[in-house]
Amino acid sequence: MTALGFDRRRFLGTATAIAGAYCLGWSIPARAAAAAEGGRELGIWVVIEPDDTAVIRIARSEMGQGTLTGLAQLVAEELEADWAKLRAEYISPDENLARQHAWGDMSTGGSRGLRGSVDYVRQGGAAARSMLVQAAAARWSVPAAECQAENSRVLHGRSGRSLGYGTLAADAAALPVPESVTLKSPAQWKLIGKAVARLDTPPKLEGSLVYASDVRLPGMLNAAIAQCPVFGGKLVSFDAAALSAMPGVRHVVAVDDNSVAVVADTWWQARTALDRLPIVWDEGANATVSSADIDAWLREGLTAAQAALGQRQGDVAAGLAGAATRIEAVYSTPFLSHATMEPMNATALFTGNALEVWVASQNGDAALAAAAEAAGLDPSQVKVHKHHLGGGFGRRGQQDYVRQAVLIARQIPGRPVKLLWSREEDTRHDFYRPATQCRLQGGLDANGDLVALHARLSGPSILASLAPARLAGGVDKVAFQGWLAEEFGYRSIPNLLIDHAVRNTHVPVGFWRGVNTNQNTIFMECFIDELADAAGRDKLEFRRSLLARSPKHLAVLEAVAERAGWGTPAPPGVFRGLAQNCCFGSYVAAVAEVSVADDGKLTIHRIVAGTDPGHAVNPDQIAAQVEGSFVYGLSALLYSENTVKDGRIVEGNFDTYQVMRLADMPKVETVLVPSGGFWGGVGEPTIAVAAPAVLNAIAAATGRRVRRLPLKDQDLRLG
Amino acid sequence: MIRLTINGQIHQVDVDADTPLLWVLREWIGLTGTKYGCGAGQCGCCTVHIDGVAIRSCLVPVGSVSAAAITTIEGLSPDASHPVQKAWLQHEVPQCGYCQSGQIMAAAALLAAKPRPNDADIRAAMTNICRCGTYQRIRDAIHSAAELGKA
Repeated sequence: MTALGFDRRRFLGTATAIAGAYCLGWSIPARAAAAAEGGRELGIWVVIEPDDTAVIRIARSEMGQGTLTGLAQLVAEELEADWAKLRAEYISPDENLARQHAWGDMSTGGSRGLRGSVDYVRQGGAAARSMLVQAAAARWSVPAAECQAENSRVLHGRSGRSLGYGTLAADAAALPVPESVTLKSPAQWKLIGKAVARLDTPPKLEGSLVYASDVRLPGMLNAAIAQCPVFGGKLVSFDAAALSAMPGVRHVVAVDDNSVAVVADTWWQARTALDRLPIVWDEGANATVSSADIDAWLREGLTAAQAALGQRQGDVAAGLAGAATRIEAVYSTPFLSHATMEPMNATALFTGNALEVWVASQNGDAALAAAAEAAGLDPSQVKVHKHHLGGGFGRRGQQDYVRQAVLIARQIPGRPVKLLWSREEDTRHDFYRPATQCRLQGGLDANGDLVALHARLSGPSILASLAPARLAGGVDKVAFQGWLAEEFGYRSIPNLLIDHAVRNTHVPVGFWRGVNTNQNTIFMECFIDELADAAGRDKLEFRRSLLARSPKHLAVLEAVAERAGWGTPAPPGVFRGLAQNCCFGSYVAAVAEVSVADDGKLTIHRIVAGTDPGHAVNPDQIAAQVEGSFVYGLSALLYSENTVKDGRIVEGNFDTYQVMRLADMPKVETVLVPSGGFWGGVGEPTIAVAAPAVLNAIAAATGRRVRRLPLKDQDLRLG
Repeated sequence: MIRLTINGQIHQVDVDADTPLLWVLREWIGLTGTKYGCGAGQCGCCTVHIDGVAIRSCLVPVGSVSAAAITTIEGLSPDASHPVQKAWLQHEVPQCGYCQSGQIMAAAALLAAKPRPNDADIRAAMTNICRCGTYQRIRDAIHSAAELGKA
């Protein structure tokens, strides 16, 4: 038995012995757990079992984006593992803590799952392969250089002998882990670049995958929570006696200074009782704030004297003043909640000097730290069981729901308690995509070339809200995502100013799939279209001239334009729009084809979406992310917004916080043009171009610009 | 006591007749493949078959289905061999997977009622929400499942 994975196996045995009520699901099925007994750890990323099965350790979180499979591909590539004899398994955050964070950063966001771990996990695979080869060479008394690894076997070509990894694992595990290894060159890759099937699909087809909200433990109680509807408000009192006759209710507890929970035998009982609980809130100073107030606060920032500088070149004031043609536009995007399909939840068992939690988190390390703090325990006293996420999109990078579950469980020692938020709590207590406005001013010379551009953002700062330590001299660099340094393709504009009037509100803001590249790319790409119109130039040709010094941006744009047939006639009544950017390390572009009927009804027929992520690890999963990113981005464009009234979020469920359904799904064609030499993200980048490509196509169809989102309730009829 | 027939098995549950079927399945019976997404009949994560028809179980009082045959994702097939499950695997439909039990049950009911659905049929029948955005693959997989079902 190796140290790795010991806790999970021991737990499985215990749970089975108690009631058989809890199944770890995907990670270690009962059959495999038995086989795992003889597993040998070769370095920290690989365990080899006697039947040659390679267990790949995974530190990042799987939330649908395919990271689990992609990371396994990276390790298996160097390990020379047979893909059919492979399993992936999470490292638990407590193992990571106990081994001084040997597995690195568990945080899963910013499309960093693969690109942030690509070197060290491949080195882990290569180290394990090297140990297996050495073990075989020693058995055969031949030089290691005469042996090679292939399909989970080591071969000695000269003698024709071979041994499976399982047979060699014990010997290999006794060898030191090599400190330096040579990675394969891209030309030698067999698994990287291959569309292998995801490792986590089968249990998702039969309802057997145990999400955190599916955890069932012996003696478990269930909690429903109410948080003060106004952000910043406080819990004053509640009348627990009013629930004394409600079936199943065991406890009514204050969770912290702004929330209260009902704990019952079942969640339905808890939820039903909570609805009848008299609660007194102190809604505080924000109780009168409305969307109109926030709009005005942001609008004031558009022309404010002070703003944080993103980038500047030349003299934008002089450039605008000297321009032959000047145009100006103001765009506006709303607050948006993440709306993961699985509402926030966590299960905790507090026993005085120990704590176990079962969570779906985008950051296992942070979940452990938050749980320990809430329990008043040392982190070494906490065990964290990671579950696959029923959606993340940035929401589960925050640990508020983990903290709450522990604060409840702490009051009921010895009983596991599962906290599950209702959909309404989930929608109304998010960390929202920041509502943002942008004023753009552009100047064209007599030739119709862009000589000056000022983009002034106004809106809340995510870093000021969640990570103030990352503010650089008061500047939130995240606010300028997609617009700084190498990401910004339009570097040839001679006079350029990009700045941000930070206008924080009482509404919490956070990282929402694609983060600020969403609105920034809408602002920039729609305004570039407006400038092209003002110059009387073709939208593609205008961008070509601006991207002359950005060959990778241009190459992706050209690829989608060619696939979509830009410049050739579209079907009758169909109009095209373009957008491009570089986000999360990948170059992306899209062409949208839409029609707008006489009654204003919009149909999105087709999307051609291109991405250059450098190296493409799994082309089919990249396509899946591209398709999905358009659904997320177009949901926001078409339907979604969170509004504020009396200090609180108005929308509660999907009837008011509307999202896209299958009927609106356009055909999405993914154009993958990996140029090699770098590792870009794939989960988020293309979301940035979804909305602006469609908005530009709508403008082409109607001759009018929509500058305030979402589109719902807006009249798109021809002016 | 309420008597329920779920996936061909009889269950007796001591529960208030107003309790939504979803929570009886998840909390009393222990069938957690059927998911909670909204509790308002909006998202379809909780879709099950009641006498072969796709229904959102979060709005069904358990007392109203004591005479019905209830099928959940766990009972759709013994070994993930239903044409919809096979097509879902072939097209790699799931991402996070949380909504997929409901999507699969909705698709299976559609195909039972209409073995060769066209795109308009699929648009009309498949109103469940997927936030990962697997709609394109769901549409393609339903067409494949129709082919598989024919064989």
